[in-house]
Amino acid sequence: MSALLEVDGLSVQLPVAGEFRTVLQDVSFSLEAGQTLGLVGESGSGKSMTVRSIARLLPPGARTTGSIRFDGASVLDLRGDALRKFRSRDVSMIFQDPRAHTNPVRKIGDFLTEAMRINGKVPPREAERRAVELLAEVGIHDGERRLKQFPHELSGGLLQRVMIAASLAVKPRLILADEPTTALDVTTQSEVMAILARLQREYGMAMLFITHDLELAAAVCDRTVVMYAGAMVEHQDSSRLHTDPLHPYSAALMQARPEIDRRVPRLPAIPGHPTSAFEAPDGCAFAPRCRFAEDACRAALPPLESMGDAAYSRCRRAAELRGHLLATAEHSGGLGDGAGVGDSAGLEEEVAR
Amino acid sequence: MTALAAIAEARRRTRKRPLGRHLSILGWCAAAVLAVVALLAIFGPLLVTVDPNAVDLSGAYSGPSPEHLLGQDASGRDLFSRLLSGASTSLVGPLLVVVASTVLGTALALSAVWIGGWFDSAIARVIDAVFAFPGLLLAILATSIFGTGLQAAVIALSISYTPYIARIVRGAALRERSLPYVAALRVQGLRGTSISLRHILPNIAGLISANATLSFGFALIDLAALSFIGLGVQAPTADWGAMIGSGMAGILQLEPQEALWASLLIVITVAAANSLGDELVKRSENRS
Repeated sequence: MSALLEVDGLSVQLPVAGEFRTVLQDVSFSLEAGQTLGLVGESGSGKSMTVRSIARLLPPGARTTGSIRFDGASVLDLRGDALRKFRSRDVSMIFQDPRAHTNPVRKIGDFLTEAMRINGKVPPREAERRAVELLAEVGIHDGERRLKQFPHELSGGLLQRVMIAASLAVKPRLILADEPTTALDVTTQSEVMAILARLQREYGMAMLFITHDLELAAAVCDRTVVMYAGAMVEHQDSSRLHTDPLHPYSAALMQARPEIDRRVPRLPAIPGHPTSAFEAPDGCAFAPRCRFAEDACRAALPPLESMGDAAYSRCRRAAELRGHLLATAEHSGGLGDGAGVGDSAGLEEEVAR
Repeated sequence: MTALAAIAEARRRTRKRPLGRHLSILGWCAAAVLAVVALLAIFGPLLVTVDPNAVDLSGAYSGPSPEHLLGQDASGRDLFSRLLSGASTSLVGPLLVVVASTVLGTALALSAVWIGGWFDSAIARVIDAVFAFPGLLLAILATSIFGTGLQAAVIALSISYTPYIARIVRGAALRERSLPYVAALRVQGLRGTSISLRHILPNIAGLISANATLSFGFALIDLAALSFIGLGVQAPTADWGAMIGSGMAGILQLEPQEALWASLLIVITVAAANSLGDELVKRSENRS
């Protein structure tokens, strides 16, 4: 069966101060209808860039190679009307910060009905009725009142639900969710996630889900891609990622999480700083922070290799280390003091659902 | 933190406050002066009791009298009625210039920003090129093509004012376009024209109208200057700029009333337009 979304060898370079910097290299994955794929990794690891490439929202001047196929058609070659059709019918995007992604001076009603009225030529009255229905779908039952409100009059969780309602309006086949719950507080997070997951099932949509929250990824996603410095380092079933990580980076992320039934004197943080793709050294980008790194790791970037059972790892020593990654880390306890860990700290703080 | 800032910003943007609270006393006075001048331009001709073009050589340069409130000019025409009936020609010209250049400049800037790439660069270069020409010089050149008269002057000044507006709008629209909500609209599959006209334009409308107010003052001066050197409004139509021109001879004969009253009106109107415009520009810049 051919997949709904196929990303193959996607690399992106952005012009920064006159020179091109690599932000994504060789990203490949596929997503079938109704499936959910999680993208996890630190800030700057390329998760958002991957999703933005698919929605064709890269900044002007970006250089893209590789291919993105949606339902067999090449997304990167879409122009003009075809691109608008793709965006308005096939794919929807939910952003991290709903506040910033709504025009503050337009009412919720305008926001929800605009695409319907303009793209779908739905009469205003009908569009409004449909908007109220959509709001009911995301658990907002006083829709008529909400339509007359401005974005700032709604709480973050409510506004994010409005965003989800807006993305459902066109019944897309693919939802791109760029950390949809990160900007929300914990209780709202779980509500919004539950709504999103339920609607995804009901509408039979595929979802590409970016998150910092490993627990959330495990709960929501069928498969998970772990990204580091613009490249995929691991790709396998979400359920196995936690018990059988195939890359030292994924394993270190698991270790850096607090668990309710585990007592550790100090959470083992990953030493060093997260790197962007363009700062990455030759060889494996994670090597400088990796407890298992050998000289050979620093020589060349290893390819993403199959580990059987549709699991892939970009670690030279994956086969050799398999099964020992978690154990070894636990054994050697806290390495580094966490001071330089930057964004990975965010991972620890997110509470499991 | 950013969310809080965004809320504060949104509250500021959507709060419905009467315009008056944004204006200082000076701004209020300026607005009032402009309103009075506008009323004079509209209803002035109704107040005129003496034909502004009636020549009475025996009354040349005579001072104020009950029949001629402000006295008479070199040909004995009534200064009061000439100033009043000249108000409309003196104000309609700049108004047309402002409307034309604002519409044209905004359209150019928005399309340049949306289309981007080489089109944007090309527009930016053309703007720079027209900038290099002083507006007045362009207007004088234009009269050699279109002939003298208000129409030619208005066309020429509209062309030379367009780049100012376009440059300002382009800057504001570029900033607006980079905001996340525009990406969210794009990914909903809306057309560039819809996003530009329905979202970006209303959000920068304050800045545009503020700058339009400012350029009204400048256009008034430039048109008066053209009429002064005889390329704008033609005799015998009354016009403040032309009145300064024809009042020149009077100044040399120590009869400065005509030039004095006309320049006074120009100075008052321009000062009012500029103060109001300045204040509106500052306000819209603070906001965004």
